[in-house]
Amino acid sequence: MSEREVMEYDVVVVGAGPAGLACAIRLKQLDSERSVCIIEKASEIGAQILSGAVIEPQPLDDLLPGWRDNMPPHCIPVTEDAFLMLGKTGSKKLPTPPQSNNHGNFIVSLGAMCAWMAPQAEDLGVDIFPGYAAAGIHYRQDGSVGGVIIGDMGIAADGSQKSSYMEGIEIHAPMTIFSEGCRGHLSKQLIKKFDLDKDCDPQTYGIGTKELWQVKPGKSQPGRVQHSIGWPMDSHTYGGSFIYHLENDRIAIGFVTGLDYPDPNFQPWEAFQQFKNHPEIKTLFEGGEILSAGARAIVEGGYQSLPKTEMPGALLIGDGAGTLNVPKIKGVHQAMRGGMLAAEHLGQHADGKGYDKALRDSPIMAELKKVRNIRPGFHKGLWLGLINAGWETITGGYSPWTLKNHADHTALKRLEDYQSPERNWIDRELPPRDRLASVYFSTTAHEEDQPVHLQVADTDICINQCTVEYGNPCTRFCPAHVYEIVEEDGEMEGGKRLQINAANCVHCKTCDIKDPYQIINWVTPEGGSGPNYQNL
Amino acid sequence: MKILVGIKRVVDYNVRVRVKPDGSGVDLDGAKMSINPFDEIALEEALRLREAGKAAEVIVVSIGPNACQQQLRTGLAMGADRAIQVDTEERLQPLAVARTFLAIAEKEQPGLFIVGKQAIDDDNSQTGQMLAALWNRPQATFASEVQVEGDTATVTREVDAGLETIEIDLPAVITTDLRLNEPRFVKLPDIMKAKRKPLEVIPLSDLGVANDNTLEIEHFAPPATREKGIMVDSAEALVTELKNRGLL
Repeated sequence: MSEREVMEYDVVVVGAGPAGLACAIRLKQLDSERSVCIIEKASEIGAQILSGAVIEPQPLDDLLPGWRDNMPPHCIPVTEDAFLMLGKTGSKKLPTPPQSNNHGNFIVSLGAMCAWMAPQAEDLGVDIFPGYAAAGIHYRQDGSVGGVIIGDMGIAADGSQKSSYMEGIEIHAPMTIFSEGCRGHLSKQLIKKFDLDKDCDPQTYGIGTKELWQVKPGKSQPGRVQHSIGWPMDSHTYGGSFIYHLENDRIAIGFVTGLDYPDPNFQPWEAFQQFKNHPEIKTLFEGGEILSAGARAIVEGGYQSLPKTEMPGALLIGDGAGTLNVPKIKGVHQAMRGGMLAAEHLGQHADGKGYDKALRDSPIMAELKKVRNIRPGFHKGLWLGLINAGWETITGGYSPWTLKNHADHTALKRLEDYQSPERNWIDRELPPRDRLASVYFSTTAHEEDQPVHLQVADTDICINQCTVEYGNPCTRFCPAHVYEIVEEDGEMEGGKRLQINAANCVHCKTCDIKDPYQIINWVTPEGGSGPNYQNL
Repeated sequence: MKILVGIKRVVDYNVRVRVKPDGSGVDLDGAKMSINPFDEIALEEALRLREAGKAAEVIVVSIGPNACQQQLRTGLAMGADRAIQVDTEERLQPLAVARTFLAIAEKEQPGLFIVGKQAIDDDNSQTGQMLAALWNRPQATFASEVQVEGDTATVTREVDAGLETIEIDLPAVITTDLRLNEPRFVKLPDIMKAKRKPLEVIPLSDLGVANDNTLEIEHFAPPATREKGIMVDSAEALVTELKNRGLL
């Protein structure tokens, strides 16, 4: 291979989410001479950001004083909190858990907020490159991280170079910050190579699906925040909903399912739609229209699953490291604080050494420690989970024990070992009809003639082993209907094969996490491909 | 020879556009914006002509508020030598756009003015033709192949009957069709170089262009939604259904 062209920076940041942007902004605030760039695989900043989102504003106050006079679009203060236990047809109001008290917090579109932060970073001199995917890691001869390799453009599905072929360049820097978000594909490689998770529990995840609706006038009560647990989940499936009322008759609705669910027949996307069609919920949306929809995995492991976040030449920050606070259902403030802490640390220790300790001594980690036992308490089911959550909340996390986390893909039971509960799911009335109709609202676009970016190591396992053992759960957990088992035709007639509709992929990473054989590897497609979310 | 290329900032072709609930326009809130794809083809063709030694300078020009500097910078990163933003907050209709381009053409004296055959937001397909008429120069619209030799250009046009090849004297206006070329990817270091290339901002009022928009838009409405279809089991059932509806 020819020598790739190289650009040099003092710091290269991978991923323009809240963590990466906060880090870059802080780096420039501390030293305007330092050259900083951010690489982002989405075609535009914010286009592949999906979050609830209710955020705690303190990190923004700290990072961008005066931001309240120049608020991001679609940002409004929370005025009202509600917490419900849903049954199939009714609901009960529960006391709002203290972690979910949102007084003083703001409802935002995190995509719009990142798009609003980016020009402020650029004004400080940060070079931001949307549409360029960091496809590989550049290692120095001593084995340390020395930067990233940008993906080639214009490669055909068969691997050949098209007429538009353009070789990706390398970006070299003394320090690389990985803020790829949950289950970043390069972060995953780094965690493995540097054995960063050898002293922590396996990371755990959830899958969040979200829609933004234009509702009939009068249905939205701007500033209202509502969360629920219960229907349509069974007690062994962790999950819950959010509904955030925005201005201009818009409502954001979403549902998060813990990816430690045991039922191989479970369908997270369908659970979301079932919730949306609950008699007390659907009235909000009847007569309205969907503006935007998408899905994204969420990092849930918290304190006991946090890998080491430093390695020679690089740091992990944000959800890519795993600093989200699950009981609060918030990760943005933690991600931003972590990004700023990394920047401040680099101000004093150019090589990043000691960042991991600084993080573990910081309020970020204290916050995670306090709630560390709440999420794993739900392994024993909803009711014991709630009792445990109450205990942990009252005692402020002072229990002398720390509950264990287990890898989500190991939680999936084989068909023969699991009796799926009777779900009694209802006939739905609200759109979208199915997952493909939902992908339409994510405005996902991939150049069709490019290599499949969902690499399945051994498709024989899918057909010969998985079909029997788990019934091909990839066809159910993927929110974008990327995986299908289809009948072979022609010579192979009568057989079956796995068809990967990679162009539908919304880059949520669920398959990479939940596949029971861990043979699916999500890699980045051509830069600029993927969802183009509007205000998610 | 100089080549001027008109580029318009439009909603990206991947974005699902929707009409605002009050019918006052298309909702572009949070929507990705891009160079009109046909204009991108126009720029690619200009760059190829320059690379083939047929032109010395490629200038991209856009009309609009500061936001369209983003598209001009992309044009510079693709390889244009310099950029002109005609600054206005108003939304110009094709005639006013053509008049503005004429003013720029008179100032820059290009050998070719290349624009997309239409913009994907309003789909007017008028600007290039109007510009040629106002400029009193030849035009070759819907080009799928362009060859320049000396003072003439040979252009293959996509017409209803197939392909038509014409020869025109330069200076001239060319509008580009989809098959003309495939625009290049932007190289990352070129984005940095583009930041240092000249981008001139000219207020629309300085050009003395009359912006007398002749069309008034009353309201926007989405197409009527299609009614739910039915599935029929056989050809007979289909015929029966069609007959029942008086369609056969």
